[in-house]
Amino acid sequence: MSVKIHVPGDAAAVAVGADDVAGALAIEAARRGLSIHIVRNGSRGMFELETLVEVETPEGRIGYGPIYADDVPGLLDAGLCEGGAHAKRVGRPEALPFLKRQTRLTFARCGIIDPQSLDEYRALGGYKGLERALSLGSAGIIEELAKSGLRGRGGAGFPTAIKWKTTAEFPGDQKYMVCNADEGDSGTFADRMIMEGDPFVLIEGMTIGAVAVGAKRGYIYIRSEYPHAVAAMDRAIATARRAALLGAGIAGSPHSFDLEVRVGAGAYVCGEETSLLDSIEGKRGQVRAKPPLPAHKGLFGRPTVINNVLSYAAAPFILAEGAETYRDFGMGRSRGTMPIQLAGNIRNGGLFETAFGVTLGELVDDIGGGTLSGRPVRAVQVGGPLGAYFPRELFDTPFDYEAFAARDGLIGHGGVVVFDDTVDMRKQARFAMEFCAIESCGKCTPCRIGSTRGVETIDKLAAGLEPARQIEILRDLCETMKFGSLCALGGFTPYPVMSALTHFPEDFGAAKRQPEPAE
Amino acid sequence: MSAFEDYSARRAAEIIAAHADREGALLPVLHALQHAFGHVSADCVRVVAGALNLSRAEVHGVVTFYPDFRQEPGAKRTLKLCRAEACQARGGDAIVALAETKLGLKMGERSEDGRVALEEIFCLGLCASGPSALLDDRLVARLDERGLDALIAEARA
Repeated sequence: MSVKIHVPGDAAAVAVGADDVAGALAIEAARRGLSIHIVRNGSRGMFELETLVEVETPEGRIGYGPIYADDVPGLLDAGLCEGGAHAKRVGRPEALPFLKRQTRLTFARCGIIDPQSLDEYRALGGYKGLERALSLGSAGIIEELAKSGLRGRGGAGFPTAIKWKTTAEFPGDQKYMVCNADEGDSGTFADRMIMEGDPFVLIEGMTIGAVAVGAKRGYIYIRSEYPHAVAAMDRAIATARRAALLGAGIAGSPHSFDLEVRVGAGAYVCGEETSLLDSIEGKRGQVRAKPPLPAHKGLFGRPTVINNVLSYAAAPFILAEGAETYRDFGMGRSRGTMPIQLAGNIRNGGLFETAFGVTLGELVDDIGGGTLSGRPVRAVQVGGPLGAYFPRELFDTPFDYEAFAARDGLIGHGGVVVFDDTVDMRKQARFAMEFCAIESCGKCTPCRIGSTRGVETIDKLAAGLEPARQIEILRDLCETMKFGSLCALGGFTPYPVMSALTHFPEDFGAAKRQPEPAE
Repeated sequence: MSAFEDYSARRAAEIIAAHADREGALLPVLHALQHAFGHVSADCVRVVAGALNLSRAEVHGVVTFYPDFRQEPGAKRTLKLCRAEACQARGGDAIVALAETKLGLKMGERSEDGRVALEEIFCLGLCASGPSALLDDRLVARLDERGLDALIAEARA
């Protein structure tokens, strides 16, 4: 009997040599006359352990990591196929504290199944959500979603059910489901992991939405920096079509729905929903003024639901297990779980899905294990390039949309980037402005001009030219950008800039002082 | 590295025809043309405009908006280094500076012999494994000086 060995095909594993590991395993096993079957699973999301090789044994899956190609002969000598002892043996992955402490609802299958196997997806609960959705019908699905309390996981936190309801109720014979998979925020990789590690959950979630709103066509807009995710989604869509889970009469119902992947072209701003729609339409990815809302007049002027990958991927669980089960996790108005991404200078980086309410300190110190460099943590940027920098004094902030907003921050798409004490916060503030200047779509003045002026102002500050005046100008610029920009790019760039200035004034040549009260 | 075809109007028309019926066909068409020819030339822009019933200005506007599309042939090999925050936090700035010194190129430049270009990229989604890089289509993470030397040697080979 052949032994099943998992070697992740996730881009983060491939980038540290997973393909070489898989190749070496195949060659070395053949040379030794061992019968093995290699499965390219998704990642478990413990990136320090990649490439995490797992072998199926009677005691369950046994992991070894991080494995490089030149570890392979020694690994086989040690009896990999039987789960034998080796310096890099980590035991059962589920027993590792990093995984054990999580509540994986959306990521329940990621890293476990063969991502391209519909049978394995179904064996672990896949398509149960759609089955129930078809029996509930449009109003029932939307009610269930509303009860679950699911809010947009892309960053804005808007209740997903309201988007679906608005689109469902708006008249139109052609409606669209659009998935925002333009995951451009530094420090985030959850969308990529789901698409590479469990693509059917996204297809199922979008299909549930399509049934709810009466859409016949959908697009998944994936950034071009994610070729592995594009390939995985394309293959899974073709499989779903063959199984009659996409196309005419999905799953034996009267509903028709089909999906297509569209690949972006390197513009960060296309992660903003209206510029994403323009990009699919074949235009420059420029932001649209709202109203009209995409729910009324979206893709090609038709009623459109546009949600993030993680919002859609949460729907199958909610429908299959019931809204209450999902809603019972979380705190306040943030219900369910959030796939948090621990990144940057952190010892245990990776994907940590947990109920809302965990504090920033627990995430960084306790779960993350502090910095990789071993130096003290100085600042943590939460929510991507447009998120605020938090100092250690604010580590008691619970992961919750409102709690972060109350401290002039945002949780965004759930990225947490840790910096040690070598970070220069004036440089980070300058980078935020520079990034905005590079990525601005150019439509509105506060973003296009404000960001460039921001870079210049910080440069003058660095050169010691009238520093007090430059700080005053910087604050004023941030006010203008925050309230005058059309979208979150210009509107939220002030978050990293102002938080750096407020919490780390000493890096700007000013005296350390108490943070100003929130506006 | 991938070898590109020489431009021909017939091939361009063929590529465009394969995508022209798709809703919002312009981006898929431009990706396919660049994949075949290595860049989107002025000839391509003209042919695309004609085939999709757009003005040349509209097509030019789209080509120039997106960083992925290049109007001139690229270098033989392109090394892209991530400059985003998560990689900065893991020593990315030092890797960028080292690469600039070792290659004798600034970000955005290419070598005089046209062999290697050094470009910046913002996030490859490997944010707990940085610093990260992309050599043509190949992802590399946990980049240190030794890894960078190997990448540069490969790019120059």
